[in-house]
Amino acid sequence: MSNVVIALGRSMAGSLRDLLPIVLVIAFFQLVVLQQPVPDLLGLLTGLLCVVAGLTFFIYGLEMGLFPIGQVLANAFARKGSLFWLLLFSFSLGFGTTVAEPALIAVAAEAASVAAEGGMIEATDAAKSSYASGLRYTVAFSVGLAIVVGVIRILKGWPIHYMIAVGYMLVIIMTGFAPREIIGIAYDSGGVTTSTITVPLVTALGVGLASAIEGRNPMIDGFGLIAFASLTPMIFVMAYGMVI
Amino acid sequence: METLSQLLTILLSTIKDVIPIIAIIFGFQLLVIRRPIPHLKRVLFGFAYVILGLALFLLGLDKALFPIGELMAQQLTNPEFIRGSVETSGEALHWSDYYWVYIFAFAIGASTTIAEPSLIAVAIKANEVSGGAIGVWGLRLAVALGVAIGISLGTWRIVTGYPIHWFIISGYIFVVIQTFFAPKLIVPLAYDSGGVTTSTVTVPLVAALGLGLASTVPGRSALIDGFGLIAFASLFPMITVMGYAQITEVVARRDRRRREREEMVNQE
Repeated sequence: MSNVVIALGRSMAGSLRDLLPIVLVIAFFQLVVLQQPVPDLLGLLTGLLCVVAGLTFFIYGLEMGLFPIGQVLANAFARKGSLFWLLLFSFSLGFGTTVAEPALIAVAAEAASVAAEGGMIEATDAAKSSYASGLRYTVAFSVGLAIVVGVIRILKGWPIHYMIAVGYMLVIIMTGFAPREIIGIAYDSGGVTTSTITVPLVTALGVGLASAIEGRNPMIDGFGLIAFASLTPMIFVMAYGMVI
Repeated sequence: METLSQLLTILLSTIKDVIPIIAIIFGFQLLVIRRPIPHLKRVLFGFAYVILGLALFLLGLDKALFPIGELMAQQLTNPEFIRGSVETSGEALHWSDYYWVYIFAFAIGASTTIAEPSLIAVAIKANEVSGGAIGVWGLRLAVALGVAIGISLGTWRIVTGYPIHWFIISGYIFVVIQTFFAPKLIVPLAYDSGGVTTSTVTVPLVAALGLGLASTVPGRSALIDGFGLIAFASLFPMITVMGYAQITEVVARRDRRRREREEMVNQE
């Protein structure tokens, strides 16, 4: 029991140190640059306390739950040797974690209003919401596909930089053809799709697979899944903007 | 009391976000792999901690950081504030008059990245896998520097109104060229660090800054120009992380060479 308390205490101190820069930046700009008092100081302090506690619990649970389960699954799939199930699992993980992602839902709604303003779709609520959900499923599909491609890369040991370079070429070419309004959103959608729970899980899966398969280096082959997951949405969102 | 009900709402929505993940993991574990999970109780407790932690984290951000951050983004982009620092008021603003905005973008980009939970996760894993060769703090600081540069350049782009794809395309070309000179081990991690930087903490604050700026700078549309900051924030960490590895390599090589030379002198 006392071990748990010590571990929590230590990671709490770490969280405090992680948050200190934000507090300093905000204090400096509020007091020195804008020269205004801090509004609702009590709320600010309770909020910061929640953030510190939350970050502490998150990191603590990460090493207890998320990392081990990713590792266990990777080992089990590597031992079972069934490519089909591994790829199906990768796809579901990418698709399932993205489709409900709050940041994506927000971005899709924004994209629908941009499209309505640009005259690509009718400016009615029904047209907008069908555009937004179509976009959401497109992005989720593209993330699922990205994880599948990334896992195949780990299995085959392909070098990542050729694949990423080809992806960039595609992004650049499509930028020339996509409607101007969609480009900013498409570029952003690459960054927002990977949530705080997906990232540790997918990283543990990739590193676990690369360590379980002989001849793969976990450093060279294990990382890179997130890179694919942030690249494909850009391509698919621009494609979506071009088709509709 | 209000805080408590807010916490419950956030907790419920976090659980809702996590349910598909849990369903997929345990569905495959039970139906396909058909093997009990080792240390099941510990893993379940870990998940509970993650959910509780994320909910508390989001609640705290909602209560403390986002309101003040968004307010500051509005105040800093307010034309009155910017004009206050310009002596010749009434004239059109030059892009250099927005210097506080760029400094704020740099500072907030760096500091929020340090606190980003998914970056901490990846840094822990990278440190573990590399056997300590990649320091947790080295990686986090390199990424933070990248995000800071990216966001301040992104705000400058909004002020000047240059098309976003020029920047992103030249950034990509730079990344691809740099890849050939960077140490092989760092490349996949560097590519990953582009995507992990922007999640819970950074996105809302940065989005507020972009939208505030695009709606106050004359001639910009919030819908078209307000976006794109995240893309900048995911591009530059790739460059800085590879740069960090290149610098460490050069330093290590120089140390080795000096040691060899000293040994030769000693032998003579």
